[in-house]
Amino acid sequence: MKLTKTLMATTALTVAAAAAHADGHGMADSMTLVSWGGAYQSSQQKAYVEPYLAMNDGVSSTWDESSAEAVAKLRAMNEAGNVTWDVVDVVAADAIRLCDEGLALEIDPDSDLAAAPDGTSAEDDFGDLLVSDCFIPQIVYSTTFGYRTDLVPEGVDAPSDICSVFDLETYPGKRALEKRPINNMEWALLCDGVAKEDVYDVLETDEGQDQALAKLGTIKDSVVWWSAGADTPQLLADGEVFMGSTYNGRLFSAIVEQNQPIGMMWDAQVFDLDGWIIPAGLSDDRLARAKDFVKFATDTQRLADQSKYISYGPARASSAPMVGQHAELGIDMAPHMPTDPANAANTFLYNYEFWADYRDDIDAKFQAWLAQ
Amino acid sequence: MAVETQAIKRPINFAAPTVGGFGAFFGTFVGASNGSSILGILAGFVIMAAIAYVLLEVLDTGMEKSARWGLVALMVVAGFLLGGIPGAVVGGLLGWFFGWLIYWVGMGRYRVPLPPYLTGGQVLWHYTFRVMCGAIFFFLVSPLVPVIWLSFNAQDFFTITPEMLRFDPEGYSFKHYRDFFTSSEWQQALRNSLIIAPLATFLSVSFGTLAAIGLSSEHVPFRRAIMAILISPMIVPLIISAAGMYFFYSRMGLQGTLFGVVLAHAALGIPFVIITVTATLVSFDRSLTRAAANMGADPVTTFFRVQMPLILPGVISGGLFAFITSFDEVVVVIFVGSAKQQTLPWQMFTGLREQISPTILAVATILVCISIALLTTLELLRRRSERLRGMSPG
Repeated sequence: MKLTKTLMATTALTVAAAAAHADGHGMADSMTLVSWGGAYQSSQQKAYVEPYLAMNDGVSSTWDESSAEAVAKLRAMNEAGNVTWDVVDVVAADAIRLCDEGLALEIDPDSDLAAAPDGTSAEDDFGDLLVSDCFIPQIVYSTTFGYRTDLVPEGVDAPSDICSVFDLETYPGKRALEKRPINNMEWALLCDGVAKEDVYDVLETDEGQDQALAKLGTIKDSVVWWSAGADTPQLLADGEVFMGSTYNGRLFSAIVEQNQPIGMMWDAQVFDLDGWIIPAGLSDDRLARAKDFVKFATDTQRLADQSKYISYGPARASSAPMVGQHAELGIDMAPHMPTDPANAANTFLYNYEFWADYRDDIDAKFQAWLAQ
Repeated sequence: MAVETQAIKRPINFAAPTVGGFGAFFGTFVGASNGSSILGILAGFVIMAAIAYVLLEVLDTGMEKSARWGLVALMVVAGFLLGGIPGAVVGGLLGWFFGWLIYWVGMGRYRVPLPPYLTGGQVLWHYTFRVMCGAIFFFLVSPLVPVIWLSFNAQDFFTITPEMLRFDPEGYSFKHYRDFFTSSEWQQALRNSLIIAPLATFLSVSFGTLAAIGLSSEHVPFRRAIMAILISPMIVPLIISAAGMYFFYSRMGLQGTLFGVVLAHAALGIPFVIITVTATLVSFDRSLTRAAANMGADPVTTFFRVQMPLILPGVISGGLFAFITSFDEVVVVIFVGSAKQQTLPWQMFTGLREQISPTILAVATILVCISIALLTTLELLRRRSERLRGMSPG
């Protein structure tokens, strides 16, 4: 017992001393950024982390590729009273959950974020994309389909309609779909004769959910279920599947950077948002650093710069005209953006309210259906 | 004087079905890749038995060399017709194998290395045993081959491309190795692993050896209970230890520190050291310590001069296990460490989940080479010390 007490006391002293030392500066000089890894994280590194570190001498940053389990980890950190992350990249749905649970800090767009170069306030510049009080949007991405151009049967046009996913006769071969109901249920209803504006009304009902699952059941034997964004490009590159859904940036990278024989099918793509949150419970100096970084990283120029490295649309209206060419390949990025008018003829926006209310029920139903 | 066993030609009604049996075995795979494995089994049996008959009975057995080359050529052509160039390679290998097998069985050469008095059953067991050992070895090692091969892929996917199958230099590159050596994240992970594992091993070996010595002396009370507690990290599911450590270390201010990860890994390594050292202590003669004390040595001198050298093999193998535990560990480090303490397994784990990048395969290949080098060195050292002590190498 005595030993434990002494140990506890010395550790507490060391921690206190360390904290006192750090308080000497106005801002912490290191930060832990949390993101998704891969091409997306490296676009963030190049577009705003490297410029930020170059501007702020003596500051260092570390990446933690844990965005996939950010909600669970932040809960655990909060419970243990030991938040080690400074800025966390999450999808909008997770940001809404974290904000509701009080795990993310609420921000004031007009004082915490930079205004557009023409003076438009940040709140107007981001507009509708500020879906939560804690969420600072960075990009608009979409979940869409890629297909093997060399496996399209002869004499048949390349798939350009979402319903070709369910058409095994015209387009034989396996499909890769995400192992969760979101998006799949909407697509199934859309191809089962439900009008686009009625999809969520139908999906609210038990019959509607059964109808969507029945439609998915017609291709169930030909589906490979994926759970990580990298799975579908790998399956397509292997020729294991004919077509599969994934994030559009992953397909862009496989097509343009890796020269794979893959084509994009933008029909009924589902838009979603990704952005930063600042965890609640940071010490003052770390909070000051996190806010300073986020203000810089989400300004008009930085968001436009990011689109040089990855084909995700910048979340600010003022960044859109500044989208230029790929940093290494020199191709125009605009036609590869999910928000390009030609690609965005028929789109969905991820329905945050609907899925916040129904996700648990439909998830349970979907998993039970998968196991049948 | 060893008894020579003569190679005697076997009757064809023994040789042909035996060779046919092997033909059926390989026919299963050839058949499976061409549609029907049952057809493959039948065809393999009939074709190989017939070839064995022709080679052993119709042709003169003196023509062995040309007959075997003829079979290789035949199989290359057959393989090419069935499966293109890769088929021809497989066909050539099979042709070489069956040419050897037919004369080995048919001419009774398989009896030569064995004593002449063995019964047929004993001979069969002798070779079955070796084939089983070979198969186990094959199943353990063969998964490594595609990993190593794919690590030289020129593409960013886990895909064996047509260029790779054609052995076209275009399909191969060192870019994933370059990626590993130039990426600051991988280098940081490597550095962390190389700092954490030796420190954790040092702590495990020191504490584990002391605990094993203490627990093996008879006057210590509650020995079994203490032993059970110390061994528990091996028995409790890792995720439970990890979650427990996370909350405990957070309160102590150790979560997210290098020292915290080292301590956690040391706790995981200690059971291995205790078990191996306790095992060697069983054969340690306690009267040696009394003799040393009798001659005026204090306990510390006795430990380092008398006891330690004798239990050293146990200490070293325990330390090796502790090192590998720490070097391979991913669950505890994800909980106890923070982004600054990312180790190689952590980096590989996130890399595999978020971006299926062959850099992981390059790292795996490098780790396999390091493991082989380490184990070879250890084995050489062991043989050397046995030779010095006048024992024959095992």
